[in-house]
Amino acid sequence: MTVAIEAEGLGRSFGATRALDGLDLEVERGAVLGLLGPNGAGKTTAVRILATLLRADAGQARVAGFDVAAQPDEVRRRIGLTGQYAAVDENLSGTENLYLIGRLLDLPRPEARRRAAELLDRFELAEAGGRAAKTYSGGMRRRLDLAASLVGRPPVLFLDEPTTGLDPRSRNGLWAVIRELVAEGTTLLLTTQYLEEADQLASRIAVIDHGRVIASGTADELKARVGGQVLEVRPADPADLGRAGAVLAELTGAGCPVDADTRVAAVPLTDPAWLGVAVRRLDEAGIAVADLALRRPSLDEVFLSLTGQPSKPERERSAA
Amino acid sequence: MSHALTIARRNLLQVRNNPQLLVFIVIQPILFVLLFTYVFGGAISGSSRDYVQFVIPGIIVQTVVFGTVMTGIGLSEDLAKGIIDRFRSLPIARSAVLSGRILADSVRTAASVLVTAAVGMLLGFRLGGGPAASLGALALVVGFGIAFAWIAATIGLTVRNPETAQSAGFLWMFPLTFASAAFAPAASMPGWLQPVVQANPITVLTEALRGLTTGGPAIGPVLRSLAWIAGLVLVFAPLAIHQYRRLS
Repeated sequence: MTVAIEAEGLGRSFGATRALDGLDLEVERGAVLGLLGPNGAGKTTAVRILATLLRADAGQARVAGFDVAAQPDEVRRRIGLTGQYAAVDENLSGTENLYLIGRLLDLPRPEARRRAAELLDRFELAEAGGRAAKTYSGGMRRRLDLAASLVGRPPVLFLDEPTTGLDPRSRNGLWAVIRELVAEGTTLLLTTQYLEEADQLASRIAVIDHGRVIASGTADELKARVGGQVLEVRPADPADLGRAGAVLAELTGAGCPVDADTRVAAVPLTDPAWLGVAVRRLDEAGIAVADLALRRPSLDEVFLSLTGQPSKPERERSAA
Repeated sequence: MSHALTIARRNLLQVRNNPQLLVFIVIQPILFVLLFTYVFGGAISGSSRDYVQFVIPGIIVQTVVFGTVMTGIGLSEDLAKGIIDRFRSLPIARSAVLSGRILADSVRTAASVLVTAAVGMLLGFRLGGGPAASLGALALVVGFGIAFAWIAATIGLTVRNPETAQSAGFLWMFPLTFASAAFAPAASMPGWLQPVVQANPITVLTEALRGLTTGGPAIGPVLRSLAWIAGLVLVFAPLAIHQYRRLS
């Protein structure tokens, strides 16, 4: 078995909404696939089907060699799942939460206790192990949740937006743990709205929108796919930023995100000849340019050009 | 089955870290016994002492029935917090989550019943039917609690939100428990209400408990209580299981 997760034409509707619409995925054993997409793209639905929580109404999927619909218990023996919300029992202590999962996985009592202690230790929760989980910080709860999904040493792990809502320090801590798991050979499917997270953790990325994969490859391949280069323009007068963006957008016919923090307007440049035109048009518009650069696109821009909307941090920035 | 026991144990462990639950299980029945006995006792039965013997079975039934709302709240909380997702991602029987919940709630019910009876005894309530009849009364009321827990489970799995589960679970219980012979004799109520009160399962169970705890006639109401238990379980257990399956 070299393929740990495979999905073919997965579909699922909720009422009139087609949440998944022919999703195809393949994750090699030991690899990390980042499933990247905006809210409502179908990421969580995909994970829930692969983790046997939800039935697909079209297509099929195999996880760790077993069909998710026909052999769900075989799949469940081999997966760990951490959802968007820390699914820990707040009224139980950290130790009790992990012991509970161990017992449900049929570990003998001493073994369940040993495994709970081992995981608490690993996730730096040993000191808090005896306290009710409701006294934990957000980062601690997420770590406990991840620990709970690892009790059975699953070869395949699903993480659904594991760091959403965490502060940067907790997020980095969680990333470190995830990298360790991957180094140990765990196959990982990770959903995220954060390009940075996909870029940091995933060996391959599948961009998903409206319930299907619209692009996939390594981060480098995706960047190359968007086409050559990105033209960045920083006007001398920050007040000209909006106008500069409009000039560039008109030129290429694509959207032109402007970043108010860095005072830069950036546009994908599929035709190198446009560079000269851009300079002329900016000059005609009377916009003095402080900085003009050509560079490879960031994953943010890849995302924007593929889905037509900015990724999450981008949206948060423009909303702020 | 061992998985159901493990989940039941988890539900019971929750009580230790959740004072709200403890209040519900222990303090509420004590308050009800004291309030009903001293506020209504004189008016209904002429004296608090006479009323205790009459009202304790009624308060036990009310406590058990109200307590089942926690089954629905607990399930909808576990759903909302993703805990049921976690259980469903494990290789355990689908039924373990529901049966573990109801098992734990039966233990909780029995504890509430014993607390109510103990406080009643301090105020003069006496078990006149002997140990077998008293144990039979406990078994009957716990069975009735299980039947009502399936109703609450159906509600909790349908609304999937703890607040809604609480209001939807409680609302209909007030008319149900008060329009019964739990707290006042049916004969004291207006004629049009009496048939409703007589048919009410709360009345049926209360009369069975009164029979079993005073040593009076009990066969009729006990059989009718068993019929209610069977009927409710037959209707609501499949409904709750259906709603649980609909999660996928």
